[in-house]
Amino acid sequence: MTKPESEWTWKELPLGSTIIEPGNADQYRTGDWKTLKPVLNKELCIHCGLCYIFCPDMSYNLDAEGYFIVDLFYCKGCGICAKECPTGAITMVLEKEEEK
Amino acid sequence: MGKRVGMEVSIAAAEAVKQCNVDVISAYPITPQTHVVEHLSELVANGELDSEFFCVESEHSALSVCAGASAAGARSFTCTSSQGLALMSEITYIVSALRLPIVMIISNRTLSAPINIWNDHSDVMSIRDCGWIQFFAENGQDVYDQVFCAYRLAEDKEVLLPVIINMDGFILSHVVEPIELIDQEKIDQFLLPYKPPLTLHPDRPVTMGGIALPAIFTETKKAQEVAIQSSMTKILETWKAFGDMTGRYYNPVETYKAEDAETLLITMGSFGETASVAVDMMREEGRTVGLVKIRLWRPFPFEAFKKATLGAKQLVVIDRAVSVGGPGGPVASEVKAALYGEWQRPWVYNFVAGLGGRDVAPQDFIKMVDKAEIEIEEGNKEGYEIYGVRG
Repeated sequence: MTKPESEWTWKELPLGSTIIEPGNADQYRTGDWKTLKPVLNKELCIHCGLCYIFCPDMSYNLDAEGYFIVDLFYCKGCGICAKECPTGAITMVLEKEEEK
Repeated sequence: MGKRVGMEVSIAAAEAVKQCNVDVISAYPITPQTHVVEHLSELVANGELDSEFFCVESEHSALSVCAGASAAGARSFTCTSSQGLALMSEITYIVSALRLPIVMIISNRTLSAPINIWNDHSDVMSIRDCGWIQFFAENGQDVYDQVFCAYRLAEDKEVLLPVIINMDGFILSHVVEPIELIDQEKIDQFLLPYKPPLTLHPDRPVTMGGIALPAIFTETKKAQEVAIQSSMTKILETWKAFGDMTGRYYNPVETYKAEDAETLLITMGSFGETASVAVDMMREEGRTVGLVKIRLWRPFPFEAFKKATLGAKQLVVIDRAVSVGGPGGPVASEVKAALYGEWQRPWVYNFVAGLGGRDVAPQDFIKMVDKAEIEIEEGNKEGYEIYGVRG
């Protein structure tokens, strides 16, 4: 998709609303669903990767320093990572309007 | 000119499907559709038709198979009736929205309960708004001819919509009629191979039937509505091309002795032939009665219908289905909607007749015209009644 769904007119839709661009689901922003966002305290993180394993949207990615960092473009704020984190390194905090 | 033969209409319909060289047939047996698909299965088994014939476990699966096949680029056919159509109904909406040019013959039969295998239009009226182009055939030749027109139209790049051909169960489906067959060479020129613009193919991956959130769903429905409304031009072109080939010209609305008529009978499907006999009988008595037959039900031919009826004093609309708790039969509803915006419009008197296979003879049409004319004269100008009901 070259632009958000909400900007498409009916004349621009492919025949039968077929999705003609493969793999374009990665352009679909699910991150604007959340009210709480996960915040990582790197001092407590033991790099176990449970947040990465349990995240139902695969929003966590390993960075160069060996931390699993959430991608807020996709994170829906479900809180599973915070619940599963064995050291309590992740806390869910209210996402402010301007951060969206 | 092709060979003229005596043939059961269901067999003629199956022969037409064979002549269209379909790739995939999928169906589940139900009375009175069975002769169509039985004959097709014989043609495939005997090697006379090179198609995949899928015997499935339900009508829901039958149309689902056709949907998948059509999406992969196969010319697909199915046929059903009554409860079968009801079970299939979910998929009918999907097929039209995905713009898959499947052709289906419905051998029209009423819906249960009580169970009844005979003809009326309740089955197809239950999926009136499913987004398919819908024809109603008047006789056997019409059924046979419309199969070719349906595929050519459905697969047109500017149309790409599925088409339903309604054939009255038993009254047409099981009757032997004279059918003029069309030479295969002519059909091969009239109906070119199906070349879909988008198909399911691993080399060119696409997704059909994806989700549409509220932000875009309205746009998808607008696109679909415009597609079927603007198919009218192609419908007319297709019937013109068919007429040029065979000499049989079809129109969205057919008229019979209608030009000077004060009272017009309005029918859809096989009622038309019987009603034309009734019109002849009334004309012999000097009555100015005519007939307007609706062949194209979706998209509804509003302009052609108004042109055919606006000069008349009253329309006697004969429906073959009840809209229980509604404003009368579905055809009368449409007729009234078509005329509402006109300053001078005829009165619309509505009968529901021929339910669950009850015969409607020419005399019955005359009785309905008599009754409507009296009722309108007496001031009941927009009446609605179920004809011939006891008690």
